[in-house]
Amino acid sequence: MDVLIKYSDQFVSGFWVTFQLCLLSAIGALVVGTAVAVLRISPVPPLRAVGTAYVTVFRNMPLTIVMFFCAFALPTIGVNGNFLKIPLLDQLFRRLGTDLPFFRLAVIALTLYTAAFVCEALRAGINAVPAGQAEAARSLGLTFTQNLRHVVLPQAWKAAIVPLGSVIIAMIKNSALAGFFGVVGDLSSVADRLTGAGGEPIIPVFIGISIGYLIMTIPLGLLLDRIEKRRAVAR
Amino acid sequence: MKNQQASVLYDAPGPRAKRVTLIGSIVVLAAVVAGLYYFVYLPLERNGQFTEEKWGPLLIPGYEFEGVDAFALVWQRIWEGAQMTLLAAVLAIVVSVAAGTALAIARVQLGGLRSRRFSTLLGNPVVTTVDSPNATPTRLRGVEAGGLRGLVWTGNALLRGYVEIARGLPVVITIFFVARFGPTVGLNLEPLWYLVIGLGIYNSVVIAEILRSGMAGLPGGQAEAASALGLSTFQTTRIILLPQAFKVMLPALISQLVVVLKDTSLGFIISYEDLLNVGKQIVGTLGNPIQVYTVIAVMFITANYALSKLAQYVQHRLATGKKTKDVAAAAPTVVETGVDGTGPI
Repeated sequence: MDVLIKYSDQFVSGFWVTFQLCLLSAIGALVVGTAVAVLRISPVPPLRAVGTAYVTVFRNMPLTIVMFFCAFALPTIGVNGNFLKIPLLDQLFRRLGTDLPFFRLAVIALTLYTAAFVCEALRAGINAVPAGQAEAARSLGLTFTQNLRHVVLPQAWKAAIVPLGSVIIAMIKNSALAGFFGVVGDLSSVADRLTGAGGEPIIPVFIGISIGYLIMTIPLGLLLDRIEKRRAVAR
Repeated sequence: MKNQQASVLYDAPGPRAKRVTLIGSIVVLAAVVAGLYYFVYLPLERNGQFTEEKWGPLLIPGYEFEGVDAFALVWQRIWEGAQMTLLAAVLAIVVSVAAGTALAIARVQLGGLRSRRFSTLLGNPVVTTVDSPNATPTRLRGVEAGGLRGLVWTGNALLRGYVEIARGLPVVITIFFVARFGPTVGLNLEPLWYLVIGLGIYNSVVIAEILRSGMAGLPGGQAEAASALGLSTFQTTRIILLPQAFKVMLPALISQLVVVLKDTSLGFIISYEDLLNVGKQIVGTLGNPIQVYTVIAVMFITANYALSKLAQYVQHRLATGKKTKDVAAAAPTVVETGVDGTGPI
């Protein structure tokens, strides 16, 4: 157990890198996912097709391949994710501004992959709103946008919050893959370094790394359980 | 159903709206094509990603590279990789379903015992003395009952903790540590088995939870009727609840198969010779990562798309084909948990 104390600073810094990665990707995924969901319910067929294609491709592709593309293919065509060097944001998240692009590319990969699932969660939420609601709104003369904004989306949001939460939990877990794709210093790369080159005993390192992930996933899961139970009673 | 909901949001288009939609469609199509051309095709073209030597080994039969039939070799390797991926996925799903079922039964059993006070141990003094002449005094038997309750409680807590931890950890981390930890305790297996164990640990828990929620979703009358017939808790679970839960949860289970298939690709971190690793080797020789990974991605997308369509079809059959009330009643929960893609990632 000495390992846990000896390397506690590495575990903590690894946790922060993973946390930053997750936070940025979660924001990105929510934004992109909402955009794709809007595409998928729009009245213009080609837009719907684009949304459907996006979801089909990213939902059925392993994250590993998305990561491969983002880590190796994007730099080949000259994309280093430099557009993520947003002035104030890179002061807050130092990794965004560093010259090694892998952190930014990992954010892009996680965002693109998770967005497909965010879109599906939102769409499932919209489908959960009874058709009568939208029909009533329309018969009152609300337009498509008004209908969405005042009637459908507020209700859809309630139905979508739990699925969205599970998507985010899954994303936190998926972020572990980034450490094996050159993101230096996150939890999984700390695990790799300590047990590989560092030659430290496996179990204590495993415990340290696990705590890092469980701190994020278990409370979120319990919170979701609670929301779900409360809603089940309210119904 | 989905499209119906979407079309409820706006009116059936009149002539003007149809015109607007048509014009909008054309504009959007043009924009998409232009966007693809300028942001995908041109950068790739400028980097020489559409040349024959990049795509040839993958697409042109009989393409030669340094004097060997590269096309045949590449596809032979890809085929081997695909077989390895499938093998790992099938083994992992079999292990997961078996372990998941056992775990679900254990949790239901222990959960059922939790409400018992083991008062039979305190029991009727006359019967016990007849059964065993030197029966323990009631007070001691009270201690035994308390001990059993403590045991049940501990078992429950352990299982619950195991489930939460196995579910809360990334699969990559599980696989990685299984592969690193195995050799230190003298467990020298092939990478395949580390991968299967790692995937099994995670997915068995997920499947156990799917089955448990399936059993919980069944009408209460099923379990009540079973216990009225005199079946024990275990018999009730095994004969009555589990088969129905399997059936109701079949779509969710198939969706989980998609997840397993996708997760086998994590085998590359423990150098399992799966599709991705083969791809890496090919890239090492031919130097065309974009092309090789595109082909592999297409293979994964096709297989998983087919599987998720199958899940949808099975669910559709379950929801409409059979008019039995219990199946129809339980089906909507499947939509929420599985097939619509919000659950499995």
